[in-house]
Amino acid sequence: MNDSHVNRLSLANYWVGFLALVAAVILGVFQVAERADLLPDGLESPVLYFASMSTHGVLMAYVLTTFVVVGFGYHTAATSLKQPLWNRPLAWAGFWVTLLGVLLAASVLLAGRASVLYTFYPPLRANPLLYIGAALLVVGSWVWCLQMIMMTLTWKRAHPGEPVPLVQFGNTTNATLWLWTSLGVAAEVIFQLIPWSLGLKDTVDVGLARTLFSWTLHAIVYFWLFPAYIAMYTLVPRAAGGRLFSDEMGRVAFILLLVFSVPIGFHHLYMDPFQAAGWKFLHMLGTFMVMLPTLLTGFTIIASLEIAGRLRGGRGLLGWIAALPWKDPLVLAAIQALLVLIGGGFGGAINASYAMNTMVHNTQWVTGHFHMIWGGTAVLMYFGIAYHCWPKLTGRRLASAGMARAQLWLWFIGINVLTIPWHVLGLLGQPRRISSTPYDNPLVAQWYPYELAMVAGGLILLVSALLLIVNLARSHGSDAEADREMLYAEPVHPVLSLPKPLNSFALWNWIILIYMVASYGYPIAQFFVLKTYGTTPWGI
Amino acid sequence: MHIDATERKWMYVSLVMTAVMVFVLAFYAVASNIRPPSNVETIDSDRLHLTKEFAEDNLGVKPNPDGKGLVVTMVAARYGFYPQHIKVPADTPIRFRIASFDVLHGLDVPFTNLSTMVVPGYVSEVDTEFPKPGEYPMFCNEYCGLGHDHMWSRLTVVSKGSAEAHQK
Repeated sequence: MNDSHVNRLSLANYWVGFLALVAAVILGVFQVAERADLLPDGLESPVLYFASMSTHGVLMAYVLTTFVVVGFGYHTAATSLKQPLWNRPLAWAGFWVTLLGVLLAASVLLAGRASVLYTFYPPLRANPLLYIGAALLVVGSWVWCLQMIMMTLTWKRAHPGEPVPLVQFGNTTNATLWLWTSLGVAAEVIFQLIPWSLGLKDTVDVGLARTLFSWTLHAIVYFWLFPAYIAMYTLVPRAAGGRLFSDEMGRVAFILLLVFSVPIGFHHLYMDPFQAAGWKFLHMLGTFMVMLPTLLTGFTIIASLEIAGRLRGGRGLLGWIAALPWKDPLVLAAIQALLVLIGGGFGGAINASYAMNTMVHNTQWVTGHFHMIWGGTAVLMYFGIAYHCWPKLTGRRLASAGMARAQLWLWFIGINVLTIPWHVLGLLGQPRRISSTPYDNPLVAQWYPYELAMVAGGLILLVSALLLIVNLARSHGSDAEADREMLYAEPVHPVLSLPKPLNSFALWNWIILIYMVASYGYPIAQFFVLKTYGTTPWGI
Repeated sequence: MHIDATERKWMYVSLVMTAVMVFVLAFYAVASNIRPPSNVETIDSDRLHLTKEFAEDNLGVKPNPDGKGLVVTMVAARYGFYPQHIKVPADTPIRFRIASFDVLHGLDVPFTNLSTMVVPGYVSEVDTEFPKPGEYPMFCNEYCGLGHDHMWSRLTVVSKGSAEAHQK
């Protein structure tokens, strides 16, 4: 089945996401150059730097991610379930609301009236349009969540007792995850920041605001990562010429991500004084549980790749690796993404550690970490997905698979050149979120070579991002027609029936509710019990 | 439902790995009394200068009235940590108490265990010791406005037996 409306909607979403990426990479290059003191005097200004950094964060973290998740979701839902969108006008309305939110936020971000970074940081006050734009973006994304859930329910009614296709089980998990995840930031923005920025409320409780933001702040990265994981399970094994090692373990991994990623946000608040140590410890335990689905995913995907490599004639302990189709952009992206995930996962375990976090908190280590694991693993997979899906969406073959591979290699190299020195800067004590290093201290000289390496990494990434746009745009006009049919990986053992909890979400929603009340109930309630003092707004 | 025997083994390996990491972290948290700054103490940041503890004259290094060691009282305000130069002896228990006068800040002294967020409306408290004498920067590591880069103060750690340490 090939639904041209779905293709148009999906392409529109992908394009907004990838154009946001290019804009954000250009800003990123400006930022590394500014910090390394390489710009002419006229451009060296904290006003420009923090406006740029706030825009970069919003574009990368909210715009690229949300639009790619949505574009991927609509396309894979329609092709795997072989049914139309649940409500087409509503789906388009969601797209326009999200885009309107982005434009409103961008208008004040680019004017330097909302330089509070993408994490908002009250009591710094931005122009209210930033918060209103962010709220619209979230509301627009909820439309997608509703569509995913309703499409799955419609399919289940027509196919009683049958397993939901793994790809759509993943999309529905992500939709459910995002509904839970976004409640925290939505509550902060709607009940605290919007009324306060409009002057309807005099003060804001920063402790409560940060607690609500932490609710969203960890699980949001899984919302971004989900399409990457879904594609690894359902597209990569087939593209590599093999089969998925285990369909069931994919479901188990998705469910573990759903249950354990929201109630654990306090590892972002380890150094904050307004939550007691016991709660932080509880959240740390959950944080380590989130390692499990990633460890399981690593195993299942590598096993699936090994099956493919051996089917293609690979022999010996490691010979199957050389036999993989490295020329397929999706397979190449998956291999690169898994390699980056090793470093990113290691750094994440250090950040999550109750004691070691002290050494790296708010240093450049942290920014290095999330650029590696998200800008590396997740974004490389976004590229791989785009190259894989473009021919199905446009009906045209890629203009050049070789250029696609070159783009992926440039990104893989660029992200390593950027983020490995970035981690080192953190270990050498450089604080994050600075536009220059005006400290009278010998450390500054030690930092400098690493800052230069980061500029090189940023430039490589810029070339790669521009090449991405060229590759995708050229492919729309490619002469050769392509087969539009989306084929998903078959598991080694066909899934004929499943225990109910691996095919539906009711049980898991109840478990999350109980877990959330246990881990966030009192920590939020305390702000209404304690005698707290709100803070008046401050300009930047 | 089918789970491959190898995958089952890997599940056990993953569980054991995770359990070992959590056990090590929990063991050291309890055995060495490691805990992040978590005192849940509120204060009116707008009236900081009127409180006894954080009034300008009372800031700085003092003996700890509760026992051995020292207390360092500081205010974080755009763009500095006040007093702007702190001198303390090495190998001495020190309790830092810091409040923000305005927005979010973060205090970090590289290569030591002194790190905390400074959140308006709340008092941050950190207990630590400095084993190595030397000059350290105290960086603000949380975005606090356009002058964030310029927000830093100095910490001097002198060896415990030195004349300077006895002057206080």
